[in-house]
Amino acid sequence: MLDRIVEILPELNAAFFETLLMVGIGLLVALILGLPIGILLYVTDKGLFWENRIAKSTIGILVNLVRSVPFIILLVFLFPVTDLIVGRITGPLAASVSLSVAAIPFYARIVESAAREIDKGVIEAAIAVGASPWLIIKDIILPETKPGLISGLTITAISLIGYSAMAGTIGGGGIGDLAIRYGYYRYDDTVMITTVIVLIVLVQLIQYLGDFIAKTVNKK
Amino acid sequence: MIKVEQVSKVYNTKSGQVVGVDNVSLEVPRGEIYGIVGYSGAGKSSLLRCINILERPTSGKIVVDGIDLLQLSPKKLREARQSIGMIFQGFYLASAKTVFDNIAFALKAAGVAASQRKQRVLELLDLVGLTDKVNHYPAQLSGGQKQRVSIARALANNPKVLLCDEATSALDPSTTKSILQLLKKINQELGITIVLITHEMEVVKEICDTCAVMQDGKIIEQGPSYDIFANPKEELTKQFIDTVMNFELPAKLLKACKGTILQLQFRGDLASDPVVSDMLQKFQVSGNILHGKVEYIKETPLGIFIMELLGDTQEVSAAKIYLKERLKQVEVIQHAR
Repeated sequence: MLDRIVEILPELNAAFFETLLMVGIGLLVALILGLPIGILLYVTDKGLFWENRIAKSTIGILVNLVRSVPFIILLVFLFPVTDLIVGRITGPLAASVSLSVAAIPFYARIVESAAREIDKGVIEAAIAVGASPWLIIKDIILPETKPGLISGLTITAISLIGYSAMAGTIGGGGIGDLAIRYGYYRYDDTVMITTVIVLIVLVQLIQYLGDFIAKTVNKK
Repeated sequence: MIKVEQVSKVYNTKSGQVVGVDNVSLEVPRGEIYGIVGYSGAGKSSLLRCINILERPTSGKIVVDGIDLLQLSPKKLREARQSIGMIFQGFYLASAKTVFDNIAFALKAAGVAASQRKQRVLELLDLVGLTDKVNHYPAQLSGGQKQRVSIARALANNPKVLLCDEATSALDPSTTKSILQLLKKINQELGITIVLITHEMEVVKEICDTCAVMQDGKIIEQGPSYDIFANPKEELTKQFIDTVMNFELPAKLLKACKGTILQLQFRGDLASDPVVSDMLQKFQVSGNILHGKVEYIKETPLGIFIMELLGDTQEVSAAKIYLKERLKQVEVIQHAR
């Protein structure tokens, strides 16, 4: 059994970094696009300074739309887009396109609910000192939600690891791909169990790290 | 300094329209401390929040320091708000910011350069007596300290007006007192006009020059605090005054008294006149003080004494008339038996 693990090690190593790459890109895009969308969902809500029902429901519907498509369907559905962006529809880079698309609305909703935790009075106090909406977002809303933003990123990362396994089924690469190729198609239990253990350790590590950072930045 | 003209605020709720503020007009002169009292739901908070347009009035006019706030563009309104500080019952400090950054935020909002912020923040902390907490987070402060930080934040841009939304309602009595002293100091030393709302008559008694009583969105009575305390007209006002001034005699004591029991009110300088001893010398009555108290309404004494008069019926009623003439406020609590 040990021999088998040693034998698979180079491939496991490559797969591990492929997973990290896919999840990393997904997280980055979530942060760049999901965060502003989440904030926008929050500040256009009733009683806030950019209250706008039309904008709020339009963005809300779009977000729900993407979120209601099962990931594996989204993956296939986005093939043309993936082809356009990456130039191919297999491999970790291709998979990260659909992972990113899935991560954006996922993280946006987390950001929105984290922002809702802010006492409205704190925002009101900022309005009362004459702060501009932009300054309130940058200096009040973002710092106040920081612990929530970080634990949200943790949740997103872990979900993306799960999604990346699905991307493996269509040749996306990564640990999930490895598990399916050896464990599922070839009944190689050793590889299956090894990949599962690697995934468990990875998820635990991300969760622990996320919790630790969130706790450190929380001043409440 | 502040002119509120026929301001109404109507809320659209699921169960229909609710009138929060009902055609209120008031004027606060420069340098005054103006108190608005009322029970919760009376509309006093809505009214206060209309003054800096945290809530836009449905109709009416708000003029602060000569500026008609409802006519301003969003940008101009933000600038105008910098000269209207506001503090709240819930303090509302940013929990992720230190004391320093919470105060500096107000300066940043006003476009004060980073290099000048530090000195101003330290000045403000000195004013509110919190220089040692500069790097603390709000979670590490007591309620009174948080309120001091929020006062410093409200004063950061040298406002002309300070609005206080139940600023002491979440604080214990001794902290309340120290915050009120601070507000008084700010009013006197910096000349800032203060409008505060409260449900505690104690607060009005302590610092307000003028007081208005609100009920169902309307101001039902207003005037100099001293007059309101000495001579309340509306039932609700009396209720509020009673929370501070009232003292009831034990039923057992009332039963045991045979003479006429009077409640005498001494206003202002009269408190130092020997009215009672004059009366006792003039008439064939003997007096017996049952209860007495002097309250200071913003440093002016208002005394209330309850005394029993014993003697011949005619002498007693003559003494009563004499007291009424000199004191104005004499009330018979119990007639002689």
